[in-house]
Amino acid sequence: MFEALTDKFENLFYKIRNRGKLSPGDMDAALREIKLTLLEADVNFKVVREFLENVREKATGEKVLESLTAYQQIVKIVNEEVIKMLGSSSGNISFVPGGPTIIMMVGLQGSGKTSSVIKLANFIKAGLKKKVSIVAADVYRPAAVQQLEDMAKNIDVGVFSKNDSRPVPLIEEGIELLKKAGSDVIIIDTAGRLQVNEEMMNEIADIKRKIKPHSIYLVLDAMTGQEAVNIAYGFNKRVDYDGIILTKLDSDTRGGAALSVYYMVKKQIKFISSGEGIEDFDIFHPDRIASRILGMGDIVTLAEKAEKAVSEKEAKKIEEKIYKNELNFEDFISQLKSIKKIGSVDKLFSMMPSIAGKNKIFKKANLDDRYLGRIEAIINSMTVGERRKPHIINGSRKKRIARGCGCSITEINRLLKQFDKTKQMLRRFSGMKGKKEINLSDF
Amino acid sequence: MQKLIKNINYIWNKFKSDRKLFWDELEEQMVSGDVSINTVSGILEEVKKKSYSENIDNPEKIKLLIKKQVIEILKSDGDTMLNISPVLPTVFMIVGVNGSGKTTSAAKLANLFKNTGKKVLLSAADTYRAAAAEQLQHYADKLELDMVCHQKYSDPGAVVYDSIEKAKAKGIDLVIIDTAGRMQTSHNLMEELGKIKKVAAGKIKRDVDEILLVVDSTTGQNAKNQAEIFNNSLNLTGIILTKTDSTSKGGIILTIKNDLNIPVKMFTDGEKISNICYFNSEKFTDSLFF
Repeated sequence: MFEALTDKFENLFYKIRNRGKLSPGDMDAALREIKLTLLEADVNFKVVREFLENVREKATGEKVLESLTAYQQIVKIVNEEVIKMLGSSSGNISFVPGGPTIIMMVGLQGSGKTSSVIKLANFIKAGLKKKVSIVAADVYRPAAVQQLEDMAKNIDVGVFSKNDSRPVPLIEEGIELLKKAGSDVIIIDTAGRLQVNEEMMNEIADIKRKIKPHSIYLVLDAMTGQEAVNIAYGFNKRVDYDGIILTKLDSDTRGGAALSVYYMVKKQIKFISSGEGIEDFDIFHPDRIASRILGMGDIVTLAEKAEKAVSEKEAKKIEEKIYKNELNFEDFISQLKSIKKIGSVDKLFSMMPSIAGKNKIFKKANLDDRYLGRIEAIINSMTVGERRKPHIINGSRKKRIARGCGCSITEINRLLKQFDKTKQMLRRFSGMKGKKEINLSDF
Repeated sequence: MQKLIKNINYIWNKFKSDRKLFWDELEEQMVSGDVSINTVSGILEEVKKKSYSENIDNPEKIKLLIKKQVIEILKSDGDTMLNISPVLPTVFMIVGVNGSGKTTSAAKLANLFKNTGKKVLLSAADTYRAAAAEQLQHYADKLELDMVCHQKYSDPGAVVYDSIEKAKAKGIDLVIIDTAGRMQTSHNLMEELGKIKKVAAGKIKRDVDEILLVVDSTTGQNAKNQAEIFNNSLNLTGIILTKTDSTSKGGIILTIKNDLNIPVKMFTDGEKISNICYFNSEKFTDSLFF
């Protein structure tokens, strides 16, 4: 997620860091680099302009150039400004006492409204234990209702739909019915529309006026370019929505335009959606994304996910072993299984903190899920003794393991070497335990 | 579509004393049209060189120079018409990321060719998205076209195989394959597309006639990543630019053409089934400038 922006900042700061003290020329170079990075990341050019102004002003005010830690200070300033650009509060849903709470989704064609309706419904139903139903009010796109019904079936949520009806009477009837059926939350899926289509925008304004939903979310494709600000403005003018759901973050988009939306329209991004799976939906955390952009990784999310996958007892045991340098292949394989529970390797790495360029090394290593499968096969071909005491694995044992799993001896050697390195690395990390935040100066 | 460059006379006068700011302003305007910063720098470098060597101090002339550069980039060496095979059936494959407008574009293309008297068959190779086949079926019914679809989650390659088989048996002129949306970052799904292409090519014993990437014109710089990665695994023959009825300028197609030499062949500009046109680089450039 936002990979390229992260990479760029990493490279930029790596360059500056190696030189220590900054000259005024360096400052200009740094600002230009930041400008190009942000523009290439689709951040709105007006936002970029203000961003650079703020960074320069602060850097001058804090006399950054005279300091020996100029690099850290610029990183700090940029970090603060990015967070400012992302807004401050995390997404939360306020429910109406006595209910039902009515939520409406609006957005462009293809932005991901229908999928987001389902994911949000699931999020509320599974996470917040409310009774959720859906009103299918996209009366234009062929098979939109069918799509919604098919997906709703999977999460066991009811859908109200009706043929040959205008949106307003359809929604009114749906709400009436679902209210009687005891729904706590009713989500309305509307047709996609361009913010410049007068007729369609009149329609959505009319729906808002008559239905009076408690919350309206704009669904925005994270790959949107400079147009994002126009979309956010256009919809805001007519329906004054409450927040934004940012979709398709599983692409390699830098997501910059979406980041400018808060800055320009002052509407908070509440949720993000990042994959085809129903559970690929999360509350938006500005600070987490900001640290991700700056190459510090999204450690908090990772820790939360890991917590869900690994029991505390198990974690303590491993931690102790790491500390005593007793980690063996049995632990390794149980860790591999936990990784699988957290999600794919790609997702995992996108959340890890990285030092300049390290992301690329991981990518080069081609650490995909298939590779993990091979590692598992090698370990499974070891005897219990070998797994517990990897150092006893000698030449003839390697030959036997290779035959057992169908790998070459080179691959086994590589795994053993990597395992040693990992052990060392983990020991170093274990010194940082308990620290929830990673400090900029740590990298 | 809005203009790529606005008020050139105004900014020319505003930055009379510092021409660097004039060029910066132009750069910003073009970047705000989603043209990549590299492409913009390239264009403006050329224009600057010319305007200094020929002593041009008229903003309108500078605008014309920029326009000439843009046409130069968008101009295709080959034909931007769609490739029709002399041997039946012609096969088009429609690919792209989720929500770009593949199914709608497939239906619009089908309608376009039906209106020229061709027999068209729709192949519902999106077996993944809920109700994707139903959406295509709706168009097939409305346009009275043949369609081949299998069960949900079935092998899209098999759908394509059956589609071409049926097309041959029924003397169909054109098969349009609608594929499932996928992020270019999803390695497995990109491999699946390669397989679909192979099945189709094997069946017609030549390359697929058109492999068209559908690009949403409101997309920013990521559209280049999309074009690059889809092109690497499929050898794209062109692009369908959708949603051009928005205010977005779709400037990213300049970058895609400039860096990857993939031409836009069609564009769509509205909700009606007839809202699809052949792309004309000069007309498009005109719409960006006048």
